[in-house]
Amino acid sequence: MAALVVLLLALACTGGLYAVFAPAGKAQADETAQSLTIEEGKKLYSVGCASCHGTGGQGTSDGPSLVGVGAAAVDFQVSTGRMPAATSQGAQVPRKKNIYSQAEIDQLAAYIASLGAGPAVPTEQQYGPQGADIAKGGELFRNNCAQCHNFTGKGGALTHGKYAPTLEDVTPKHIYEAMLTGPQNMPSFPDSTLSEQNKKDIIAYLHAVNGEETESPGGLELGGLGPVSEGLFAWVFGLGALIAVAVWVAARTAKAKKS
Amino acid sequence: MSSQDIPEENLPAEQGTAHGAVRVADEKNPFADPGLPPHEHRIQDIDERAAKRSERTVALLFTLSMLATVAFIASYVTIPVDRSVYIFPLGHLSALNFALGMTLGVALFAIGAGAVHWARTLMSDQELADERHPIEAPSEVRAKVMDDFRQGAKESALGRRKLIRNTMFGALALFPLSGVVLLRDLGPLPGTKLRHTLWSKGKLLVNMNTNEPMRPSDIIVGSLTFAKPEGLEEHDHEFQTEIAKAALMLVRIQPDDIKDKRQLEWSHEGIVAYSKICTHVGCPISLYEQQTHHALCPCHQSTFDLADGARVIFGPAGHALPQLRIGVNDEGYLEALGDFDEPVGPAFWERG
Repeated sequence: MAALVVLLLALACTGGLYAVFAPAGKAQADETAQSLTIEEGKKLYSVGCASCHGTGGQGTSDGPSLVGVGAAAVDFQVSTGRMPAATSQGAQVPRKKNIYSQAEIDQLAAYIASLGAGPAVPTEQQYGPQGADIAKGGELFRNNCAQCHNFTGKGGALTHGKYAPTLEDVTPKHIYEAMLTGPQNMPSFPDSTLSEQNKKDIIAYLHAVNGEETESPGGLELGGLGPVSEGLFAWVFGLGALIAVAVWVAARTAKAKKS
Repeated sequence: MSSQDIPEENLPAEQGTAHGAVRVADEKNPFADPGLPPHEHRIQDIDERAAKRSERTVALLFTLSMLATVAFIASYVTIPVDRSVYIFPLGHLSALNFALGMTLGVALFAIGAGAVHWARTLMSDQELADERHPIEAPSEVRAKVMDDFRQGAKESALGRRKLIRNTMFGALALFPLSGVVLLRDLGPLPGTKLRHTLWSKGKLLVNMNTNEPMRPSDIIVGSLTFAKPEGLEEHDHEFQTEIAKAALMLVRIQPDDIKDKRQLEWSHEGIVAYSKICTHVGCPISLYEQQTHHALCPCHQSTFDLADGARVIFGPAGHALPQLRIGVNDEGYLEALGDFDEPVGPAFWERG
């Protein structure tokens, strides 16, 4: 019995590793390990996802079809905690705490990828900073992304309570996956229209303007929203302070006898 | 109500004599002028030590300003432009910017605060009444001015030397013409420029990201791509002028989801090409929600339904986004099948 458990675990790990390192849809690894990972993923799927997305991933009135969304979509949605979604979400499924381990996510991804070919989970090579052109990334970001996510990725509002979330603490891998798969109302930017190098450049740009060590030359960036918040601050607090000082100076009498 | 707290010997001698004299009402002025209220002294007027203290405070503020100015120059000279510091509520910021801003602020504020303190505590605060006088000059002064003018006119011989007079009038009359001629730069009228873009039959759709033409298979359902007409390069002199009219957004919608019949006809396998320029005031509009097929304009929230002929479903825009008719050329690349059939962007007087 113990030997069987060890064997199963070993097979599951192999499958998990496979899902990480190999592009889905191009089967190269051991068929057995692959099918076992898929089997495990299917079990997780039946428990966590099937109630909305249907028993075979074909979708129901509560959730879209997952055929062809690919491993990248699963990795993004589950590891940012967006999926599984609460039964009564508002306008948009928010980011929340992820409840699955990476191995489980990989199994789920393998299962979904087996339903139909779709984008695979990107590798460090694809989203890492090596060989990225930050200036070009800025140009691409302003052309493709800034309209919703703001010019330094601070996010913004959309229609009917929907919003483009801030990109401030989103990992490069998740940014890459979001561009590739277009989660929720975000349009997708497939490699055919926004190349791998383009995506790498965009991620490098975001790290430069919105990373942990990003410095704001003036300090006090007020949300990075540009002239709106800066103008509001200057008019309300700057002018307010001037008026308050003027009132204080005039109201304080210099007379020896206070009346 | 004057100054019972202040010792008698400290009070100035004239206290109360010039002020507080109340005039009585009579037949002509039923409302009595109450005059100025009695003057009250400041502690600095009475106590020389307090005055000294104020003097020192003002001098200290002015000295602080001098030191801050020196510190400003020193920061400018010594702090490298790329040094970053962490300052608590502000976060990571440029050390040079912070030092220059703080020292300049302190230098200016200290001058202002010193001047205010000086004026309030040490400068005279005696109230003064200054009566108004008529501004009209006396009649003899006016008569003298008129005489001088007449004499000047006679001596200049303007009436006799007609050539000078006429040429001077000519020069003065022509001079404003230069200003009128410059108004020409407001024109020429745009003519048909607003009605045409660079798009024409057979022009390939070039991806703005990769600068390559596109095949229909590159554009998947739910994606968003921006395109420019073939031959327009970013370094072209006219690039901004042309892209402002020709900017295109490409989305692919399942043909079954497209409600507008003409939109479907003008699309290619569900790939639709709409002008990216909002029809309200011309902002670039590309906040595309792929599930609802709505495109939102960030300026005034006009919302267009890209699955229904880009109809306006919310906001101030006056008409739908113009659609570009597209197809595929012999080599399988997406191409325009003509220009937009209506002017792109905001409406104008003669748009029709």
